[in-house]
Amino acid sequence: MWRFVGYRLLQAIPVLLVVITVTFFLVRAAPGGPFSSEKAVIPEVKAALEAQYGLNLTLFQQYTSYLGDLTKGDLGPSFKYPGRSVNELIAAGFPVTAELGFYALLVALSIGGVAGIIASLRPNTAQDYIPMSAAMIGICMPSFLLGPILILVFGIYLEWLPVSGWGDIPGDKILPAVTLGSTYAAYVARLSRAGMLEVMSQDYIRTARAKGLPEWQVVTRHALRGGLIPVVAFLGPAFAGLLSGSFVVETIFQIPGLGRFYVQAAFNRDYTMILGATVFLATLIVVFNLLSDILAAWMNPRLRAQFAEQ
Amino acid sequence: MLTAENLGISFVTRMGTNKAVDGISFTVEAGKITAIIGESGSGKSVACYSLLGLIPQPPGRIDSGRALFQGQDLLQLTEAQLRETRGRDIAMVFQDPMTCLNPYMTVGNQLMEPLRYHKKVSKAQARERALELLEEVGIRDPASTIDNYPHQFSGGMRQRVMIAMALINEPKLLIADEPTTALDVTIQAQILELLAALQKKRNIGILFISHDLAVVADIADTIVVMQEGKIIETGNRDDIFRHAQQPYTQKLLQAIPTGGKSEVLQKSEPLLSIRNLSTWFRQGKTHVKAVDDVSFEIRRGEVLGLVGESGSGKSTIGRSILRLVPITSGEVIFDGTDITALAARELKNMRSRLQIIFQDPFASLNPRMTVFDTLAEPLLLHGLDNRSNVGASVLKLMDDVGLARSFVRKYPHEFSGGQRQRIAIGRALATRPEFVVADEPVSALDVTIQAQILDLMRELGKEYSLTTLFISHDLAVVRKLADRIVVLQKGKIVEQAGTSELFEHPRQPYTRQLLQSIPGRVLRANAT
Repeated sequence: MWRFVGYRLLQAIPVLLVVITVTFFLVRAAPGGPFSSEKAVIPEVKAALEAQYGLNLTLFQQYTSYLGDLTKGDLGPSFKYPGRSVNELIAAGFPVTAELGFYALLVALSIGGVAGIIASLRPNTAQDYIPMSAAMIGICMPSFLLGPILILVFGIYLEWLPVSGWGDIPGDKILPAVTLGSTYAAYVARLSRAGMLEVMSQDYIRTARAKGLPEWQVVTRHALRGGLIPVVAFLGPAFAGLLSGSFVVETIFQIPGLGRFYVQAAFNRDYTMILGATVFLATLIVVFNLLSDILAAWMNPRLRAQFAEQ
Repeated sequence: MLTAENLGISFVTRMGTNKAVDGISFTVEAGKITAIIGESGSGKSVACYSLLGLIPQPPGRIDSGRALFQGQDLLQLTEAQLRETRGRDIAMVFQDPMTCLNPYMTVGNQLMEPLRYHKKVSKAQARERALELLEEVGIRDPASTIDNYPHQFSGGMRQRVMIAMALINEPKLLIADEPTTALDVTIQAQILELLAALQKKRNIGILFISHDLAVVADIADTIVVMQEGKIIETGNRDDIFRHAQQPYTQKLLQAIPTGGKSEVLQKSEPLLSIRNLSTWFRQGKTHVKAVDDVSFEIRRGEVLGLVGESGSGKSTIGRSILRLVPITSGEVIFDGTDITALAARELKNMRSRLQIIFQDPFASLNPRMTVFDTLAEPLLLHGLDNRSNVGASVLKLMDDVGLARSFVRKYPHEFSGGQRQRIAIGRALATRPEFVVADEPVSALDVTIQAQILDLMRELGKEYSLTTLFISHDLAVVRKLADRIVVLQKGKIVEQAGTSELFEHPRQPYTRQLLQSIPGRVLRANAT
């Protein structure tokens, strides 16, 4: 198993290198820079600032020195928040994003899982069509549409829930989590339905029924584990989607998470912040994909045995 | 103990109503074995599953009849009442032990489940009982294997676990649905013996479903023959075997491969020589020696039977000869050429002279190609025909393998298993090969279809002057076709001899064991 994990982590190095390189040169290719603004800045001041941040070096020198710092875990100073490093900014914003992502994942797994399982028990009936149609709508509905609709309905018309903020008023975390999680709830519903349908047609389900077990025990004891493996395997990609999706949701609901920093950094040409956040998220995505693969293999006794040998 | 009367079951689909079981009656007595025999689609499994409410309704529908078991009509019970009976008084053993155990649960937990659910015993007590029973069904060292998962057991061992699971609540009736069909012949014999012994000891009734009369010949008390949803003959075992009244029963009896090939083999030069062939597969750091230093010859025009259990390497030899798997060492000399040394282009030319027929005609035909496409492809590929005259060759092939010419535009799913195997045979013969590897060509087929395909292969062998390597786990089938037999075990040759020689004077203990495992001992005793 450790060999497999080590191998996967080694594979991640070239992936991250490509991500860093492409991002580095892409943001530099965008017109403007961190110190260009509408107000005219005295050329000497601008030159001094650029020298301070190493922007007077050639692009390639900047690139290599960035990589050098990165190996030490240093993501550099922010260009727009003087005196604060990118590491600090990520450390400030990420816990909020992680919390939002965690709640969204809970929403996705609980609503999606239950809907999918219910649908799978009576395929091609209303019990199947209704949740699956809802799931289709969930997949098609972008969060920048769903968010405002939810705000309008639950925040403004019904006045049940706060419309923005994070951790200020009780209940203000509900709408963002639902907005972010609903798309993934829809995917989870479809995956768990397909997985359960597959398992419920297996011979060993007939064996379980022949034992005289009631149907709910057949489902919970015999079908669930195999049926939900596709969902577990999807957790890694879902996590990646939740992180990038959170940028939109954080903007809609005014949440001080990493996503908002990221978006602002892009507008401000805060080169180090953009790069730092990209590297950080790419690393997380690699790690979570690995974790979900390990978990999916672990749930299957046959793969588990092979896995432990490696 | 169980009396089914006038049982009728239909399946209602959009295509219409299909009567699967049409007014059948049978009984199972305590301490006796009743066997229901019929081909796939005859309704035998449907009838038995309906007794326990295991037919999904809809599309299934019970039209008529009653099934009295201990004074209750099973068909009138509610789902909850039926569940009380299921797994407690009536238990089931299914056909394929590979798929009937839950791969995500340990064998022990699955085994204890019926006991824990129906009798509400403690986990420790259930475990103790499970260990006793595993011991009784012949699982070695149950204490250390009870917490293993099903994939860690062999097919035969899994079927033993299934049997233990069925017996754990000491049921009064056991329904066994083709319990040995998926198993090797020696394992089949062991499982049949085990079932018979357990049945005697517990004095329970068994309803034994099978497509193979030979299998039940040794154990059944009463035999019920079904065809197309109806019972066509019922009788005790000896009556059925000695004085079967119905032509269909007689046909089933005749389809049991007994006796050997009558022709005397003329000596001819070898067409194919295999010298010190080894094919190993890497598995982690070690090798699995699937084929280990095997040498034999096949003479021109001969049918050589290659016999062994699963894992003996017989299929690997067939594939090694055609270079469908990379060989580790050794030579395969075909008509003076070492096939193992051929370059890709030469191999392609050679392939038109060597062909293979696979076991599963469902999996080996491309579902998106019509019969015409399937048969025309090798002809065009090897340049034996061009677009304009390939049609005539395809129709000729279809005549040869006994397929109606009108089927030419149909797709594989529109055919039965036997018809598909005919297509597969036609595909193999399209290039007029000199040598054919037939890898278990009839094991996936019903017995009567088996007999037809074997007859076809024998005729075609003569017509096309084929040399055949006939691979099978079933000695009785091989006996019908082969001139000589090579017996394999664990990748090595155990014994090779002429067919009648091998059957009459087997020299090796393993060969003897294989021969004794052929079902239908009673039949053979009657025949001699």
